Formats: sequence, structure tokens, C-alpha cells
Amino acid sequence: MSGDVCIVGIGIHPFGRTDGTSGLDQGVVAVRAALADAGIAWPDVQFAYGGSDAAGNPDTMVERLGLTGVQFINVRNGCAAGGSALFSAQMAIKSGEFEIGMAVGFDKHPRGAFNALPSEYNLPEWYGDAGYMITTQFFANKITRYMHEHGISQTSLARVANKAFRNAVHADHAWRREPVDIQTILDAPLVSDPYTKYMFCSPAEGGVALILASEKKARELGKPLIRLKAAAMRTRPPGSFEVFAPSIDIGGGKATATRIASADAFRMAGIGPEDIAVAQLQDTEAGAEIMHMAENGFCADGDQERWLAEGLTEIGGKLPVNTDGGCLACGEPIGASGLRQVYENVVQLRGDGGGRQVPGDPKTAFTHVYGAPGVSAVTILER
Amino acid sequence: MQVTGHAIADGLFTDEAQPRLIGGQDLESGRIVFPCPTGDRFAPIPLSRTGTLWSYTIQRYRPKSPPYAGPEAFRPWPVGYVELPGQVIVEARLTNVAFDAITIGMPLEMTLIPLDPDAAEPVLIYAFQPIGASA
Repeated sequence: MSGDVCIVGIGIHPFGRTDGTSGLDQGVVAVRAALADAGIAWPDVQFAYGGSDAAGNPDTMVERLGLTGVQFINVRNGCAAGGSALFSAQMAIKSGEFEIGMAVGFDKHPRGAFNALPSEYNLPEWYGDAGYMITTQFFANKITRYMHEHGISQTSLARVANKAFRNAVHADHAWRREPVDIQTILDAPLVSDPYTKYMFCSPAEGGVALILASEKKARELGKPLIRLKAAAMRTRPPGSFEVFAPSIDIGGGKATATRIASADAFRMAGIGPEDIAVAQLQDTEAGAEIMHMAENGFCADGDQERWLAEGLTEIGGKLPVNTDGGCLACGEPIGASGLRQVYENVVQLRGDGGGRQVPGDPKTAFTHVYGAPGVSAVTILER
Repeated sequence: MQVTGHAIADGLFTDEAQPRLIGGQDLESGRIVFPCPTGDRFAPIPLSRTGTLWSYTIQRYRPKSPPYAGPEAFRPWPVGYVELPGQVIVEARLTNVAFDAITIGMPLEMTLIPLDPDAAEPVLIYAFQPIGASA
């Protein structure tokens, strides 16, 4: 195939809680919106990759969409499910085998924290019995160490959450759209120190679909060419500090799956972090956004304190981060979350962001997800 | 005071008056992990009883059951990572320490605590406490 793989259609079902609508049906709403956006019909879709962690097998949506006999492959890859679906869809087109296809993700999780089981992560039963099988506990331990090493304050954590809810005011698909001031965030009940309840995202519901096409096909459709310049998914390197870790190597915690995935994505795209105009970074908790700013190469460890105080990641700043409020404001339906980031970047590159539009006609956009047990997926889009 | 009860799992810590965690040493690289994995690549190795605090948090809500097997009644507990010098950093409950007295770098020693303090025959889990502290 010559040219780039392009994103020609996007659709979303609002994130949050939609009682009475299954996760799969939220995915179907997103697919129909994406088809309409691309100006095509379901029978035009040659293949699909679908991600869902807790809401059933994505390929069963053919019953709703039409029994066209389409090739439909389910992807289950933790928090990287959406990124993996997108990566796979891209490769299917790059191979020359297909011209147009779909990546879709949806989910619907019960209220409260995720309850992962040790057996799902190759861990002994006692690890769960004793109360270690908790993502929030890991995230809190990770940021406590990071704050200690790099001089990050709890106020910076609050600034990230405050920005998320402010940005979400302008995002129709976001869940928590009421601004919360920094002091209220700091004074709220602690969930896992130093994180208060506003600094963690919640498991949620939602669906996102993206239609991908070869450059030739995209030109035929007459859509603005949003090029997928890079999609990388990587697993953890030696010496990393990951979710559900009974032990860590001494001196560990510095190398991460994110560092590898982002470095590879920048290499594929032939650009560097300084060239990115807008970024969606995994912010399942406020400190994640802070650590991921450095892990993805946008600033040095410790510089985030100044970046946040000076508003450099605000929508009008040097590098707007999580322009739709990210996971903190949208919640985290695992299968859909990574694709929401790409959806938001397409909105931004088309200039359709309305009250949250990044000024200056952005041409490059970056997404990043991270999850258990140490996986990361990154994309770079260009217009 | 030595608490009585039975270990939450076999092979986690030694059966000594002052128990130690049992790690696994990679026979090829020498790298130490905890707990000791099954299979023949790792050999069991007793770990240092003492170390320093590497990171920590407070678990403020009752974890979901399953998998959590602790008591219904919940009081927040501290949990962190302890660096055992020259060996490995292990995840562990912290005990016999006030929340606001916990600091990264503080010296700690291993002890055993009941998962449910009110149980007649409690299940014992490993934890770390300030050196010389007692309940």
C-alpha cells in the first residue's frame, strides 16, 4: 500500500453511566455515528477489530449492524485493548489486503474499584486474600515514590484534576463536567494517600468507533486526511514497577513500557515530542498524567511542577494535555478508553473542538494508554 | 509479643522465632524476586529481616471481596514497598506505626500480623514495622 492509513470516520457514545443500555449497544451507537461521519454504510466495512474487557464479545454486534459476513476479530488486551485494536486495523490496511475497516471499543463496568483476581495475572491466591490486588494502591505507591524523587507536590496533583473537569465542561461525551476548585480537590476524602477522591478516575461505560482507510480510499471519500503516522503497543521492560507487583528490582521503576512505546512511535512518525501540538495521556489518576508527561518525552522528570503552575498543559498552553478531561472526567471503560483519546485528537485536528478547541490550527496529536500488567499503546496523528 | 495462628500461604516466610521472607533467586542471573516462583529456574533464599521504606500509601477503603479475605469490619492500613539491601524491594503492610510518622527511608523490620485481629485462629500475614516497635 502506498501512502498513510487515514482515519475517515469517528463516532462515540457518551462516557459515564447509561443505565438500561448494554455496553455492546453503546458500541453500536458509536459504530453508526462513525459510519455516518465517514459517509459509508456497514456493508462497506471490510473488517473490524473490537475491544471489550467486561461487556461481552465485540463481534456479536454484527447481529445489530447486519450479517454481512464481515471479518471481525475480538481483542482483549487490558487497558491497551483499544490501542491494540487500532494497531491491528492499521496493519490490515498497510498489508494491502483491505482498503477500509473499523476499530471499535466499548465497556460497561460495575460501580466501585476494579476487582481483579490473582489468577488473571499469574499471581498466587494469598496476594489477593491479603488485600494487595488493588490498582489504586499501586498507583498511590508509585506516585509517592515519584513525588519523593522529583519534588512533585500534592497541589500539582490537584491542578491536573482541576484542569480535567474544566476541560470536560466543553466535551459532550465527558461524564464529570462540573468544575471543581483546587482547594476542594485537596480537602476531599483520601482514597489512597496522597490521592483524594477527585484524583482517581472511576470505572465507567462508553463506546468509540473509528473508521480507517487507505489514503487512496480516504481521498475517494473526500474526507480531510487525518493520517495515522504511528501506532505502537509495547509490554514491560526489565526493572519496571507495574500494577500488581509483589516485588520490584532494586533501582527499578525507571524503565517503563510507556518509554519504549513512545520512543518507537516517535521513530515511526519521524518527529519528536517537541513537534506535538496536543496530547491525550493516560490519567487514570492525577499523578499518572504527571509521570506520563515525562515518560513520553514531553518534559524532564520534575519539570511538571513548573509546567502545571504555569498552565503549560492548559488548552491555550504550550502542550495542551487531555483536552476532553481525560479519564478523570470521562471515566474508564477499559475497551473504549484508548480509542476515546484518538477520537478526541481527530476532533482537535479537524478543528471541531468548540469550547475546548486547541488554538493555532494543530497539525500533530499524540495519544498514550497504560495498564496492567505493564502495557502501553501510543499513537501519533498528523493532518 | 509473638502472635499465634497459621501462615496465609506456605513458602512465604521462614518458620523461625524471627521469621524472614523467602525470595527466589534466579539460578542464572542471580536476580532475586519475591515470592519464590515455582519451577526450577529459581532457588528459595531467605531475605533480610530489615530494610528501609521505599514508598507507601494508606489503604483507606475496604478492598473488594473476592479476592480480599480480610474481616468485614475495616480500618485503614498502611501498605508500601520495603527495600531489602542488596536483594529486592518487597510490597508489604506496615504496622505499629502512626500514619503521620511514616517516611520514605525509615528503617523497618519484618513481623507477622493477623489478617483479622479478632479471629480465634488468625491467618498470619507478613508486615514491616519500625525497628524495635511493638503492638
